[in-house]
Amino acid sequence: MRRGLLDIESLTRPEIEAILARSKDFQPAPREPFKRFESLRGQTIVNLFFEASTRTRTSFEIAAKRLGADLISITASGSSVSKGESLVDTLNTLGAMRPDAIVMRHSASGAPHFLSRYLPVPIVNAGDGTHEHPTQALLDALTIRDRLGTLENLRVAIIGDIAHSRVARSNIFLLSKFGVHVVLCGPASLLPREMGQLAPAIELTTDMEEAIRNADVIMMLRVQLERQHEPGFATNEYFQFFGLRPEHIELAKPNLIVMHPGPINRGREISSEVADSQRSVILNQVENGVAIRMAVLERVLTQ
Amino acid sequence: MSKLVVKNGRVVDPSQELDRVCDVGIEDDVILEIEDGISTVGCEQFDASGLVVAPGFIDMHVHLREPGFEHAETIETGSRAAAAGGFTSICCMPNTEPVNDKPTVTSYIIDRARRSAIVNVYPIGAITKNSAGKELSAIASMKQAGIVAISDDGKPVMNARVLRRAMEFAQALNIPLIQHCEDLDLSAGGLMHEGLESTRLGLRGIPRTSEDVMVARDILLAELTGARYHVAHVSSKNSVEMVAFAKRRGLPVTCEATPHHFALCDSEMRPYDSNFKMKPPLRERCDLEAITQGIVHGVIDAIATDHAPHPGDEKMQEFERCPFGIIGLETALGLGLERLYHSDKIDISRLISLFSKKPAEILSLDRGTLRVGAAADITIFDLERDWTYDVNRSPSKSRNTPFHRHKFRGGPVATIVAGQIVWRLEA
Repeated sequence: MRRGLLDIESLTRPEIEAILARSKDFQPAPREPFKRFESLRGQTIVNLFFEASTRTRTSFEIAAKRLGADLISITASGSSVSKGESLVDTLNTLGAMRPDAIVMRHSASGAPHFLSRYLPVPIVNAGDGTHEHPTQALLDALTIRDRLGTLENLRVAIIGDIAHSRVARSNIFLLSKFGVHVVLCGPASLLPREMGQLAPAIELTTDMEEAIRNADVIMMLRVQLERQHEPGFATNEYFQFFGLRPEHIELAKPNLIVMHPGPINRGREISSEVADSQRSVILNQVENGVAIRMAVLERVLTQ
Repeated sequence: MSKLVVKNGRVVDPSQELDRVCDVGIEDDVILEIEDGISTVGCEQFDASGLVVAPGFIDMHVHLREPGFEHAETIETGSRAAAAGGFTSICCMPNTEPVNDKPTVTSYIIDRARRSAIVNVYPIGAITKNSAGKELSAIASMKQAGIVAISDDGKPVMNARVLRRAMEFAQALNIPLIQHCEDLDLSAGGLMHEGLESTRLGLRGIPRTSEDVMVARDILLAELTGARYHVAHVSSKNSVEMVAFAKRRGLPVTCEATPHHFALCDSEMRPYDSNFKMKPPLRERCDLEAITQGIVHGVIDAIATDHAPHPGDEKMQEFERCPFGIIGLETALGLGLERLYHSDKIDISRLISLFSKKPAEILSLDRGTLRVGAAADITIFDLERDWTYDVNRSPSKSRNTPFHRHKFRGGPVATIVAGQIVWRLEA
């Protein structure tokens, strides 16, 4: 049975290395037209998004098409889900049409893991609740390597709503496998102590300057108001204490890069000056997303 | 006049400190004699050689789902699962539809049990109307109709003033008040124990503090009112300590633990498998050890299953949408033997007491004993037989258990209720 890609936690470092290495082949050379690949010719991929997404859904679509696969995108609204069909029934129905892989985003943590126990079709997790977002961590790793050459011994500060962030979890699991020193920073109510125990060499702080000092990479997270059951902080003071501003950049290493998984909220967690600065690699992340997802889809469908 | 003789079993009855190989003679529905070499002329006999013969087990915490949720369980199917687990009496929680908050519902349950159940069924009445936590239910008239305790299980009474009034009623009527201890504000949205595992899985946590603050508050209210107060399914180390504290103060405070809380912890969950989702949740190793020690030292009075059937389609969903609860009647004795007896934590008499004598005392039931003249409710089990639990053969209507295919050492062999063998192990 083919394996999908459910999370970073269960991947080994060599498996991650292989995906990163293959994705290099899919990065377009500057000012050259895109090469077409045919490795997934005749394969059908269903893109199933139970939660709103623009960049991830589009990125998977482009990745599939550049590999020659046939792709169908379904969003939860306007599907049988809105008629009360259960998740298992929805997936069984789609499974009966024999797609070769399902790319899935869902608001419930573990939804793809639960389904993968019952469905023979490999599932690629495009983000599950507050659990993981594996392709995001992979494209982040690729982007860091492109700019800084290595992951080894870097200091990476992840700042924002750590508790509810699937991007943070996937990055923690990935970066710690590569010897990165990870610093997690956010309001105390969004920074559970246990996050520091997820992997070795993780530091927790509620002081943004401390987090940024000597950092090689700053990853800003979006404030996810939709995942808060109750406000864990006062929104009107968030930017003052956890918003990334130009004066912070001085504290970090000279070759610092600033990342954000998007969509960004200018003026809430990041100032426009920083988001649009030379330090920002936000658009490189988006571009690398396609290459990473090509490597992931190819791995899932041809292994 | 019908006679039954249980021959040559190891008769262990903590209520009379009995532990010897002998016969038990039963006439009609009562114990007639416990002697060596009882004549079997003209009697039905059950050969219990090599087996333990104990007072009938009492599960003081089950959900039978009737009336209202008969697709999940009925009084009949729940009672059959109980008999297959060695239980001769079960106490059903009031969260049915309608809620058992008035004597007509109590009488309905008792009537349905009389017609369809193969073990004794004792209803527990709701503390508040519709278990909404606001107005007291008809506690006194439910007591007349046959309830043995009050509880809003699953919906803790959050309002301390309401709970105080209920305790005053319970004290006056001399029935225990059983609380599902969970501060609903602290546990809001929670899906599993709050700790490293919930953080790793990205699932919202239920802190053990949500249990502890309720136990603490309720113990103080029990002291104020003098009520007999019982903590349902204790799951946290701090709660065990607080119950011990209440007992040292001489308060009439008791508690129960479920087999899953002394058998499993959160790190042993199969990720996102709703067969591991229950309230209170599986906690950490230190909690499991505190519960085990609480049993060893007598802080925990009884083992109760919190048998909570849910049909497959409700458990086959995203983890966050699945209801809480697992079934437990058929695996309780096996888990007790595995985790407490075979692992040398307690002797067999103590294990039997946790299943029979102590719950009978807490609920003032005239059961849990093999004294001559007592009701002939008997649990016969063995200590060594290797067997594997197959939930697909369960008499329960539901299949939600984390112990499917679990290998057990020792378990139920026959169940006798009122002198009748209602269940026996298939050869």
